[in-house]
Amino acid sequence: MKVWTLHLGLIVVLFAAQFWLSPYHSTNLARIMVLAVFAMGYNLAFGYTGLLSLGHALFFAAGMYGAGLPAQLWGVTAGPALILGILAGGGMAAAVGLLALRTAGVSFMIVTLMFAQAGYLAILYFAAVTGGDEGFTLPAAARSIAGLDLSSDTPRFLAALTLFAVGLLVSLALVRSPFGRSMVAIRENEERSRMLGLNPFTVKLVALVLSGLYAGAAGAAYGILFGYAGASFATIQYSILPMLYVLLGGAGTILGPFLGAALMFALIEVASGVTSAYLFLVGAALVALVLFAPRGILGTIRERWAKWLP
Amino acid sequence: MTKTTLLHPTRRGLLMAGGAGLLTAALPGHVGAQAAPIKIGFQLHRTGIGASYGRWYERTAQAALKAINDGGGIAGRPVEILFEDDATDPKRGSEVVDKLTQSDGCDVVMGTLFSHVVIGSAPRAAELKVPYLVCSEGYHVASGMLNRWTLQPGITDVRSQIQAMAPWIAANLGKKVTMVFPDFAFGHDHRDFFTAKMAEMGGEVIAQIAIPPTETSFTRYFPQIPAETEVLYHVMVGPAVLTFVKELGEFYGTGAKPQIFGFIDSLEAVDTATPGLEFLEGTHFWEAHNRVKPADAGEHEAAYRAAVGVDDNGASVSDAADVSTYSHMFSTWETLFFLKQAMEASGYSGPTDRQKLVEAMEAISDLPYGVERPQGAKVFNGKTHQVFGTQNISQVQGGKLVRVHQTTMEDGAYADAVDYTTMSF
Repeated sequence: MKVWTLHLGLIVVLFAAQFWLSPYHSTNLARIMVLAVFAMGYNLAFGYTGLLSLGHALFFAAGMYGAGLPAQLWGVTAGPALILGILAGGGMAAAVGLLALRTAGVSFMIVTLMFAQAGYLAILYFAAVTGGDEGFTLPAAARSIAGLDLSSDTPRFLAALTLFAVGLLVSLALVRSPFGRSMVAIRENEERSRMLGLNPFTVKLVALVLSGLYAGAAGAAYGILFGYAGASFATIQYSILPMLYVLLGGAGTILGPFLGAALMFALIEVASGVTSAYLFLVGAALVALVLFAPRGILGTIRERWAKWLP
Repeated sequence: MTKTTLLHPTRRGLLMAGGAGLLTAALPGHVGAQAAPIKIGFQLHRTGIGASYGRWYERTAQAALKAINDGGGIAGRPVEILFEDDATDPKRGSEVVDKLTQSDGCDVVMGTLFSHVVIGSAPRAAELKVPYLVCSEGYHVASGMLNRWTLQPGITDVRSQIQAMAPWIAANLGKKVTMVFPDFAFGHDHRDFFTAKMAEMGGEVIAQIAIPPTETSFTRYFPQIPAETEVLYHVMVGPAVLTFVKELGEFYGTGAKPQIFGFIDSLEAVDTATPGLEFLEGTHFWEAHNRVKPADAGEHEAAYRAAVGVDDNGASVSDAADVSTYSHMFSTWETLFFLKQAMEASGYSGPTDRQKLVEAMEAISDLPYGVERPQGAKVFNGKTHQVFGTQNISQVQGGKLVRVHQTTMEDGAYADAVDYTTMSF
């Protein structure tokens, strides 16, 4: 009960936030919620299943282009485009997973990084269709759902919140389900899990596909809500960002990805207002985190004070 | 004698204070507003792949700001520029447009160079209905890809630049051309527009060598250059430009080589006298604005260089090794003066006049040579939101770039691909 109250409470607070935040901060919160969905997906693979991937930019970009290209080329509207984007993210994760999950640990990290790099270069190579590095802006028709114009503040905020709320609650239900416990079991000790009758390959593949569905949803939503799809979202930077969000907020905690995305966003916002060398401050903050709270913020809180946190 | 204090004022004092208060209240509201500065948000590539350009864009914009404020500001109001790093990233770029407009209260946003940042940020500028003046030279504005709020009034676009070069290359250097270009959109613009124009001139592009953007060494690409090549056309951008030209020199050594024509992008912020670049002697470059001050430079060239802090060789006056991005940075200077002209013409008083400001910009056409436009006279096309000017071809002579040809505006002309004025705000 306490767990559901906390998570539903957060959704209510976020809903209310649009009424007291300025349009600027409200738009930023919409960005944070979409990026948090990306990080929640990463958390399912890394935080709960122990799959340290450096290829999630590929799944995010698959979602972005999976939604953006049909919208650009065939005039597909926002709803179907979003679904196509989610499926593209999941499909890409399944394809990568079938091959990359033959490896583990550092090898898995390198193989996923290579797949992501191949995806990035493919976007550049097929520039005639994808727009290459320049990318393309999404047409107005692709930015409207059920008559709501997603390029305006309130509908965009509500769309981001809806996606975030669904992602959060599904994530919570999943990790508390028997399958979620299988994921954690494999993270903790793969050999012992196998002896208990679990098939680690299947569990990891399903976890990676779920993670890809989240990344695809986030990529598609980011494209639709902010009107642009481009190859920069497929660069390694976008594989590292969800990892940082998760590490900062707390790997293997449900709210960690949101907290990490929000704090990182705020850190850049505040630091860039203080100095032009703001990336130095961001780096220093992350080093401090690794030194003093290696489990991330919520991971540390759970360890010391609130063991009930999922 | 009556003793008065702040707590016990005289009746006369009270009356005077009250009268002064009434007078102040009776003043028109806009008197106070006029004294408030005009805020210009500058989306700056301070970090990321565009950092070498960003550094000089900031210096040039600061110099233009000082010149404008020393001249009385815009419509009598002082001007401020707020610089914000976009990390040369489209996602951050969009956030920066948001921050500058909504959080910092800027009247307009300007300054973006790299095309992907422009394209990623333009939708947000349109949503916020804020004029977005880019200094990018990309064809994205004139192609019709963007929106009514995005304009490029300070630098000719790459399509026009390339078109203006091709006839001179065909007539003076050769007709069988091999192109080496980065395998992304900027390079593809060169590939497509130059190949088409060269065919029109009776020439032929016999090989197109696209180099992936992740490449850090280029030696394996040079053997692909066909032996019958008469002209090698190269354009490269980013941190690897020096490696590129050095390795090209190593490839040819002291042996025979084709005529070499490059876009100065391959050497922006790089000293042509760098050891290893001796092979560039006698080769040609496109320059928008001549890095080395030409002997017949216009009357405003010296003042512009002094204001920006650049010597006659195009390097910083305080550090001869700090070579400027001279062929691009003038765009920030000229954009600021264009903005001043449009704001004064439209009677701009605040953000509620932004639409009127864009309409005033669209109405501008002739932009004569002057201190406002040190690169040269220009024509602004209000329908395509793109400005057009002359281009230069320079030859490396004695290690320095010397202008040998200047194009006309007609050389770079092409049919309009869009009419933004028919689009809604």
